[in-house]
Amino acid sequence: MRTTRKVAALAALGLTLAACSSEAGSQAEESASSAPTAAEDVDFPEGSTMAELNEAGAITIGTKYDQPGFGLLNPQSGAPEGFDVEIAKIVAAELGIPEDGITWTETVSANREPFIQNGQVDMVVATYTINDARKQVVDFAGPYYVAGQDIMVAEGNPEGIEGPEDLAGKTVCSVEGSTPAQRIRDEYPEANLVTYDVYSKCADDLRNGGVQAVTTDNVILTGLVAGSDGAFELVGNPFTEEPYGIGMELGDTDFRNFVNDVLEESFEDGRWADAWDRTAGAITGEEAPEPPSVDRY
Amino acid sequence: MQFLSDNADLLWSAFLTTLSLAVVSGVCALVLGTVLAGMRVSPIAPLRGLATFYVEVFRNTPLTVVFFFLAFGIVQIDLQFPSRFITAVAALSLYTAAFVCEALRSGINAVPSGQAEAARALGLTFGQSLRQIVLPQAFRTVVPPLGNVWIALAKNTSIAAGFAVTDLTAALQRLANANADQLLAVFAAVVAGYLVITLPSAWLIRVVENRVAIVR
Repeated sequence: MRTTRKVAALAALGLTLAACSSEAGSQAEESASSAPTAAEDVDFPEGSTMAELNEAGAITIGTKYDQPGFGLLNPQSGAPEGFDVEIAKIVAAELGIPEDGITWTETVSANREPFIQNGQVDMVVATYTINDARKQVVDFAGPYYVAGQDIMVAEGNPEGIEGPEDLAGKTVCSVEGSTPAQRIRDEYPEANLVTYDVYSKCADDLRNGGVQAVTTDNVILTGLVAGSDGAFELVGNPFTEEPYGIGMELGDTDFRNFVNDVLEESFEDGRWADAWDRTAGAITGEEAPEPPSVDRY
Repeated sequence: MQFLSDNADLLWSAFLTTLSLAVVSGVCALVLGTVLAGMRVSPIAPLRGLATFYVEVFRNTPLTVVFFFLAFGIVQIDLQFPSRFITAVAALSLYTAAFVCEALRSGINAVPSGQAEAARALGLTFGQSLRQIVLPQAFRTVVPPLGNVWIALAKNTSIAAGFAVTDLTAALQRLANANADQLLAVFAAVVAGYLVITLPSAWLIRVVENRVAIVR
């Protein structure tokens, strides 16, 4: 009797496992079919970065691992997923590099420039705002997306915060060293700013009532709202423009022009919108916005 | 240089924050650690057990976890510190007190037992003998290990940067990200800030050590 029961349990376990693995298999197939195919018969000028990467058949790309919708590590596959990741894949494909030739490296806000300067990554696609100070040390292709600073509040917006002006006298949270935090300091000094090292702590503090609002780029807040089970909501009134670019080594104009060309092509032939719909758009439920125009500075 | 003088206000206030975090937490940890050490050698078993439990919990928990618990955990039981600076002081003090206690206990054990026995024979109570005979001698032998604890504390204050306190490390994060072209200057300024605290401390510890050392 006991043996029968054990056998039954084992059989059930086996069935479950089989179901799991077939599910995982179909998921993998799905993502493989959505990946852009590597371009063949590509010809790049000798000695250029494009030719080097194409010959090596490999590229190292820095992205974020903690940004839902843009670059979030999938613990099962060990690879990041999101809009930034899809954009990077499009560029890699145009270089003739298949998806398995891409090495992903986690870059956080503070180490993006050193990683590019030291050659640890060939390019960075990591919700990377283009600005003048950064242009002194790295080059940017793009923008491929324009985000905006927005505000996240607790469900029901108990403080009635509709825009940055309403933050006066309120405690608002952001991340130390980020552009949005500096903007609050400079332009809305009446807001009481609290800065942690990661946004998840801001979310914890908002949940605890230690702060009344969290502010940063809307794409980041969207991810937090999506993961909060309705505890937070987005004010939905972006008050800045944050152009996201692809960072690369300073002075490599050929590579920058190439990436800009790829981005413009993807804007036109729908690959860009498709990448949006499958990643960030799937979280927000919003349709792909108008693509920005590339800035060839 | 131009860049550093432009940000002198931020760097100075960040330096003062780091210094006051270290000093305030250091004093609290010294007081609490001394009480704990007294408890650990006391004749009352429950006190000994309580102090041992405290030391093992805090000495073996990562400081970041202590911070996280005090910043976000205790809200669950409807407790909250009045400010984030005080949260940081509490975390640093509670954590460091465990190390102070152990350093001091080693000093207490180094005092020859004849001292306590003589005090007992003179009719001093346990508390009197601890305060007037044992601890003064113990402190003199543990200046170097307490100095190590102090320097570790001065550097541990940097954890507070992750918990909404604008100390030197937070200033580093802020300036480094906003001024990608000035990374070296930012690093140099912040490291100098920590060294201004730790190097004179190391020197002072040596001086005090030589002054108070017991020649046996």
